[in-house]
Amino acid sequence: MLAESAPTRFRDPQIEMAHGAGGKASRKLVEGLFSPLLFGSSPGPLGDAAQVDINGTKVAITTDSFVVKPLTFPGGSIGELAVNGTVNDLAVSGAKAEALVVSYVLEAGLPTRVLEAEVRAMAKAARDAGVRIAAGDTKVVEHGKADQMYVTTTGIGRLLHGVTIDPRSVRVGDRILLSGPIGDHGITILLARGELDFEADLRSDTRSVLPLVEALIHAAGPGIRWMRDPTRGGAATSLNELARDCGLGMVLFEDQIPVRDTVRGACELLGLDPLHIANEGQFLAVVSPEYSDAAINALSLAPGGSEAQVIGEVREQPAGTVLVTTLYGGSRIVDMLVGDPLPRIC
Amino acid sequence: MASKEEIGMRFVDEFREPELISKTAEEIRRLADRERHYRMMEVCGGHTHAIYRFGLKDILPENIELIHGPGCPVCVLPMGRIDDGLSIAQQPDVIFAAFGDMMRVPGTLGSPLEHKARGMDVRIVYSPSDALKLARLNPDRHVMFFAIGFETTAPSTALTIMRAKAEGLRNFSVFCNHVTIIPAIRAILDSPDMRLDAFIGPGHVSTVIGCRPYEWIAQNERKPIVVSGFEPLDMLQSIVMLLHQLKAGEAKVENQYKRVVPWEGNRAALKAMAEVFELRPYFEWRGLGFISQSALRVNAKYAEWDAEQRFAVPGIRVTDPKAAQCGEVLKGVLKPHQCKLFGRECTPEHPMGALMVSSEGSCAAYYNYEHRKAAMVSLSSMA
Amino acid sequence: MCLAIPGRIVEISSDNKDSATVDVVGVRRKIDLGLLQDDKPVPGDWVLVHVGFAMSKISAEDAAEQMNTLRMLGEIDGAMQEVRGYGLEDVN
Repeated sequence: MLAESAPTRFRDPQIEMAHGAGGKASRKLVEGLFSPLLFGSSPGPLGDAAQVDINGTKVAITTDSFVVKPLTFPGGSIGELAVNGTVNDLAVSGAKAEALVVSYVLEAGLPTRVLEAEVRAMAKAARDAGVRIAAGDTKVVEHGKADQMYVTTTGIGRLLHGVTIDPRSVRVGDRILLSGPIGDHGITILLARGELDFEADLRSDTRSVLPLVEALIHAAGPGIRWMRDPTRGGAATSLNELARDCGLGMVLFEDQIPVRDTVRGACELLGLDPLHIANEGQFLAVVSPEYSDAAINALSLAPGGSEAQVIGEVREQPAGTVLVTTLYGGSRIVDMLVGDPLPRIC
Repeated sequence: MASKEEIGMRFVDEFREPELISKTAEEIRRLADRERHYRMMEVCGGHTHAIYRFGLKDILPENIELIHGPGCPVCVLPMGRIDDGLSIAQQPDVIFAAFGDMMRVPGTLGSPLEHKARGMDVRIVYSPSDALKLARLNPDRHVMFFAIGFETTAPSTALTIMRAKAEGLRNFSVFCNHVTIIPAIRAILDSPDMRLDAFIGPGHVSTVIGCRPYEWIAQNERKPIVVSGFEPLDMLQSIVMLLHQLKAGEAKVENQYKRVVPWEGNRAALKAMAEVFELRPYFEWRGLGFISQSALRVNAKYAEWDAEQRFAVPGIRVTDPKAAQCGEVLKGVLKPHQCKLFGRECTPEHPMGALMVSSEGSCAAYYNYEHRKAAMVSLSSMA
Repeated sequence: MCLAIPGRIVEISSDNKDSATVDVVGVRRKIDLGLLQDDKPVPGDWVLVHVGFAMSKISAEDAAEQMNTLRMLGEIDGAMQEVRGYGLEDVN
């Protein structure tokens, strides 16, 4: 059957914000509409990047769009996100980004100084990340048709040696590692929007995680089963996807999950779970037990990795599910959200 | 969760101390009479949420059953009221402002967020005062605040309306869906299918109404009730206190949440409510039917800030789909997974009723936190 | 109706005595003190915050008392077990 004639399974009558939030709704759209039409009949588990074979050389390629309001926030701006996000997607797919191409959709009326500031930020982020911005494209749309600017980056990279990322290689007993505190980025953005009138001394964690990934591969490469950068949808979404893809249970130890007090406070006030909040400078890794100690040591010694933690382990049950356990024996399932996390008062 | 050098949250973390939680759970196991099956209802949705969030059911003995009560102000709102609120916001220049809890609750033509996707100006606010601020910042628009909540939240809405009047801010109104807790508890106790031993009383409602309003539960209905905080140690301690009462054959009102709940309530809060609101003669509660004197509306003195008086409202009654058993689950007669639609037609992505949308609704809580654990248990018992 | 979090009053607004800044482990917001007219909090006090309003003052004494009661639970149990060991419980 021709790809364009494949049946689709996506039944929602219109696109909602939830479809872009990285949670269940997003997954439904990708699996139900994009995947059958674009990725062929059996694409396998959907990862952060795709591998393409070019005359015998395997390269990784990925793309990401950046839509953020406000454009700048404590700790960064859309420019940094656009570079680091794609570098990170490649890194957790076991690839080192060699070059990015960038596409801008600009809103008519956007002040040049705003655009220039973002482009400068991207140039700096690219330099910091050791990646070349090779080419770009620009389109301008009418005033009101883009929130000042949308940025898309596509990155290509060579596969790093010594690591194979495959959710199907995950085994019972594997350890789940997290590179650092979660929730910083998402809460920073939420507060920066100003709608909820909270203030906090908090910054986005946007950074390239490639150096940490390289340190991890160097120390524990053969033991690495899977990596993911938990962006929209948070760690809960990434781990739920893994749980589903490998059919095993992800059991987390709540007291081991690193969260800054301020992020905790904001989450408690707003009724949010840090596990659902976006991160832009962290990654999750599943590592075999034999390599787990070496992995954590390497991460904690690497710059920016001092807060890395083993946060859980893979078990047989509950299959396909993420379970958070407490020291006193309580537990709760953590599912993917449907859409963006919403503050609550009840 | 903790970070290595963090200080922690005062008045929160102490009540989440793992060792003490284990000890208290042990005490509960020691106190609970093995020959007896205890049915305790926690009235308030916040307690339902806490039970699941902290996994308290995992550490309670099998013979203590926690029944979820109707104290979820989103869950008990009939769909018609959501339609009414949204219809007001269809009017030109109206901004619909509500708490995040309301955003995914389905009306007949979709939820507030779905209406937003179709062009309605919908804003999430953390506080009614944020809605008032929106009105100040947008003098050429009208801000309609969709107010929900029990007596915990009503005083804040009342005070906000008073502030609007004092400021002469006319482009602000409240669509009032505040409900009161006592009639809900009465409806539970009057229900013929109900058999309860004790109540875990709502903690934050009680900061406003105090503990006296529960005295009839102890005196007339002879059920012990302990007003409880929301941290794991609060709820466990409340269960210890209830067990002591039950063992001694007592039935009285006790205040476990002393650090925050004054026995006499908050006079200033009650005064604000009395100043702005009056009781509706009756109000429809989803799942419980019409209950008299159970809900608030803005009184004549503040009519100008009452959205129902400023705007025409369809007021069409929308009944739940016949197959949905929201009422029985709300009353604690059925467990969420016993509703025929649970997990099939009715999921958090496609909620048929508000019990599945609100994160503290029993169905959503059960679906999100619990039902796959049940599968886990049955698998391990088969091993 | 139920999400209320303890916060510390950092400062009362100079232009409005009913408004204060509250701090919850570094997160700050202006809250309305209008419901605590009869017992106005001062900077340093802890209050329970719900939808941007202070609902009640938090009593550190009551909190400490509660923690003591909880800690004693196990001790009372331990003492009881000791007493049971003496076989005195059948003596009424």
